[in-house]
Amino acid sequence: MAEQTDNREPEPGRGEELSPEAEPLNSNGQNSLLEEEEEGEDLFTEATEEVSLDSPERDVLLSDGPSPLTPPASLISPHLPHNHLYTHSSFDEMEGEDTPDLLDISILVSDPEKVGEGMNAYMAYKVTTQTSLPLFKTPQATVRRRFSDFLGLHGKLASRYLHVGYLVPPAPEKSIVGMTKVKVGKDDSSSNEFVEKRRAALERYLMRTAKHPVLLKDPDLLTFLECSELPRALSTQALSGAGILRMVNKAADAVNKMTIKMTESDTWFEEKQQKFENLDIQLRKLHCSLESLVCHRKELSVNTALFAKSAAMLGNSEDHTALSRALSQLAEVEEKVEQLHQDQASADFYLLAELLADYIRLIGSVKGVFDQRVRLWQRLQDSLLLLQKKRDAEAKLHANKPEKLQQARDDIRELEGKVQQGERDFEQISKTIRKELVRFEKERVTDFKEVIIKYLESLVQTQQQLIKYWEAFLPEAKAIS
Amino acid sequence: MMEEEEAEESPPLSPSVIKGTEEETPLLSVSPSTIRVTEAAQDGELLTFIIVSQKLSGTGEYHVDRTYEDFDWLQQHLFSLEDVPGIQGIIFPPLPARAQQNAPVKLVRQLGLLAAGENWTPYCRALEAYLQQVAGHSLLGRTQHLETFLTSPEPPGRQKVKKGLFNRLSQAVEGIRKDGHTKDVDDFFRTEREHNLTLTGLSKTAAERFLEVVQTERKIAVACGHFAASLQLCVEAADDPGQDTFSKMCVKISEIMESMKKNVQKVAENDVTTLGLGLDLNSRYQEAEKEMLFRRTCQLVELETASRNAERAKPLKKAAMDEIKKAAEKDFDQVSVVAKQEVARFQRARVAVLRQALVRWCELQILTATGSAEQWNQQLLAFRGPARSQEPSS
Repeated sequence: MAEQTDNREPEPGRGEELSPEAEPLNSNGQNSLLEEEEEGEDLFTEATEEVSLDSPERDVLLSDGPSPLTPPASLISPHLPHNHLYTHSSFDEMEGEDTPDLLDISILVSDPEKVGEGMNAYMAYKVTTQTSLPLFKTPQATVRRRFSDFLGLHGKLASRYLHVGYLVPPAPEKSIVGMTKVKVGKDDSSSNEFVEKRRAALERYLMRTAKHPVLLKDPDLLTFLECSELPRALSTQALSGAGILRMVNKAADAVNKMTIKMTESDTWFEEKQQKFENLDIQLRKLHCSLESLVCHRKELSVNTALFAKSAAMLGNSEDHTALSRALSQLAEVEEKVEQLHQDQASADFYLLAELLADYIRLIGSVKGVFDQRVRLWQRLQDSLLLLQKKRDAEAKLHANKPEKLQQARDDIRELEGKVQQGERDFEQISKTIRKELVRFEKERVTDFKEVIIKYLESLVQTQQQLIKYWEAFLPEAKAIS
Repeated sequence: MMEEEEAEESPPLSPSVIKGTEEETPLLSVSPSTIRVTEAAQDGELLTFIIVSQKLSGTGEYHVDRTYEDFDWLQQHLFSLEDVPGIQGIIFPPLPARAQQNAPVKLVRQLGLLAAGENWTPYCRALEAYLQQVAGHSLLGRTQHLETFLTSPEPPGRQKVKKGLFNRLSQAVEGIRKDGHTKDVDDFFRTEREHNLTLTGLSKTAAERFLEVVQTERKIAVACGHFAASLQLCVEAADDPGQDTFSKMCVKISEIMESMKKNVQKVAENDVTTLGLGLDLNSRYQEAEKEMLFRRTCQLVELETASRNAERAKPLKKAAMDEIKKAAEKDFDQVSVVAKQEVARFQRARVAVLRQALVRWCELQILTATGSAEQWNQQLLAFRGPARSQEPSS
C-alpha cells in the first residue's frame, strides 16, 4: 500500500487536505482535543482530578465548523486509496457480512515500558495482533505504540466515520495526574495500578474498534496494528488557551441550537434517544455505587493485613507452644486472604467498573451520532429554506433583468443539487444509525455476558481458594491442647 | 466459650485448702454449663435478658429475666464477698460493658465486637459466658447471690453495695503511683506481670483490628445491596428482543450482587460469633488478670509499709505494729496462693477459649465458602449454557 506514505507525512500547508494532522484546526482537526499532550506543555496542569466520563466524540461533532452547506461526503478524506469501501453502496454490500471471519482477530496490549526520563518520558506498549483475516499482511504482528498513537488513531477514525453515523469506540481517558506520577518515576502501587488500568483500557479499545466491520477495514487501523514505525501524531501541538476556549464556546452554541426540536418523522429515533438518555443516567449511578464497593474491598484488604500483624505479634508473645504456632499460622493465612481481597477488588474494578465506564463513554458516541443526524436535518432545512427564497426571488426577477435571471437559475440548480445531497445524506445517516444500534445492542449483550461469566468465575475461584486456606489451617487450630 | 471441661479441669479450690477456714458453703443448684441467655427482649430503652438453666437434680429448669443492673448487682456483690480468704487473688470473670438500645457512640465503641453483630446474640453469648464462668468458679460459684440471681423469680435486690474492693487499698494505690513500678518478691509473679502487660495490650489491639475487619465487611454488604437495588432500576419492560436480553443481563448481575451481599453478611456473622467473641473475651479476661495482679501488688505495698512501720516503731507501739505486719503477711500469702492457682487456671482457660474460637471460626468459614462456591458455580454453569461457537441468542 504505497499510497499510505502520503498519509503519514505531515503536510501542514495544504489547504484542501482535510487530514486531521493539518494545522490550523478545521472541522476535522478538532480531534486534537483528543490527543494527549504528554510533553510538558500540558494545558490542564491545573486539573487535579481525572477527566470525566464524557465522550469527546460529541465535541468533535458539535464543534464542526464552517459553512452549513458543506456536504458531508467531502468529510471523508479524499486521498484514501480504497475509496470504494466508504461509499454508501459498499456499506450495503457489507450488510449481510456478519461472517465468522470478521471475528477472527485478537489483539493484546502488554508489556508497558517506560521510555525516557523526567517530564519527557512516556509509556510504550506492545500491541500484538493475531488474525487469519486476509486483510492483514501477516497472521501475527507486533508493534510498539504510545498513548498518543492510540489517540491519533482514534482521531482519524472519529473524523472519518462519526459524521456519517458510525459508532466509533471512544479512546481511553487522558489522565494528567496519573501520567505525571509515572513520569516522575513514582514506583508505587498507585502508579502501577494506573498503568495497568490504562493497558487494559487500550486493549479493550482496540478490540472494540477491530470488531466493527467497517472500522476494521480502515487503512489507518491496519497501519496502526502492523507497521513498526508510526509518525508521531502531529496534532499534539499545544492548543492555546484561547483556542480551547473558542472551541468550547462553539460547542456550547451548537448545543443551544440542538435544543430546537426537530420534527421527528420517525418515532424509533425518538424512543431510542430517550432510552439512551435514561441508560446514561443509570449507568453513571451504578458506576458510582461500584466505585464505593471497590473502595471498601481495598479497605478490607488493608484491615485484614493489620489484623494479620496483630495475630503474628500475639503468636510471638504467646508462651503456650501450640497456641503460639496456631496464631502464627493464622497470621499467614490472613495475609493470603488479604491478597484474595485485593484480587477480588481488582475483579470488581476491571470487570464491572470498567465495563460500565466503557459503556458510559460509548453512549456518548451514540448521543453524538444522534446529534449529528439532527444537524444534518437542520442543514437540509436550511438548504430548503434558501432554495425557496431563491425560487421566490427568481420568480420576481423573471420580468426585469435577464442576466441576473441566468445567475439565479444557476444558483437554484446548485441548491437543488445540495438539497438532494442533503436528503440522501440524511437518509443514509438514519439508515446507518439504525444498523449501528442493532450492532451495538448485540455487542452489548455479548460484552455483558462475557463479563458476568468472568466475574462469576472469579467469585468461585476466590471461594475455592478460601476453602483451601481454611482447610489447611483447621488442623493447626485443632492441635491446640 | 468456657465449657464444662474448663470447670472440671481446674483443681477445686475448696475452702479447706485455704488457711484459716473450714466453712462449707452451699453448692449451686444448677449445672453451670447449662446456663443460657436465650434472648434479649426490648422494652423501649430497657433490655431484659432471659436466663435459662437446668437444675442439677434433673427435675427441670429455671427461667428468670434480668436486666443489666441485676448483672452489675451480682458482680459488685462478688467483689465484696466476705469470708473468702485471699479474695483479692481471684481473677474475676469480666462482665461485659453495659448495652442499651440507641446507645451513645462512646458506649457502642466500648462494647466493640459485642455490638458488631446484626442483633443482640453476641452480647447474650458474652453474658452467658460470664455466668458460666462465675458458676464454674469453685469459690465464686458457691455464693448465695449467684443462686438468687439464677433461680429467684423476683429480681435480686437492688441495694447498693457498701464497699468497693478498692476502698481499703486506696492508700496503697497512691503508694504505687508514687513509687512507680513496684518490684515483686516472687519470680513467678514478676514474670507473670510482665507477660500480662504485653499480652493485655496485644489482645486488645487484636480484638480492635478484628472489629475493623468486621465493620468493613458490613460496609461491603451495604455497597453490594445498594448496587443490586440500583441495577434493578435499569431493568425496563421488554420492548424488543435486544432490550429484553440486556435486561436479563442486568437482572443477573443484580442477583449476583445480592448473593455477594448475603455471603459477606454471613462471613461477618461467622467472624463475630466465633473468633470475635473469643478475642473479645480473651482481651477482657487479660484485663481482669491485670486487675488481680495489681491488687496483689497493692497488698505487697501494704505489707512493705507495715514492715517498715514495724521496724521503725517505738517500743510502745512495736507490738501493735508487729500485729499489723503479721496480719498483712498472712493476707498477702493467702492472696498469693489463690493468685497462683488462679493464674494457672486462667492460662488453661484462655487457651481453651481461643482454641474453640479458632476451630469454630475455621469450620464456619469453610461451610460458608463451600455453600457460596457451590451457588456461584451453579449460576455460572446455568449462565454459560451449552457450549456454542456463535453469539448466543436470548
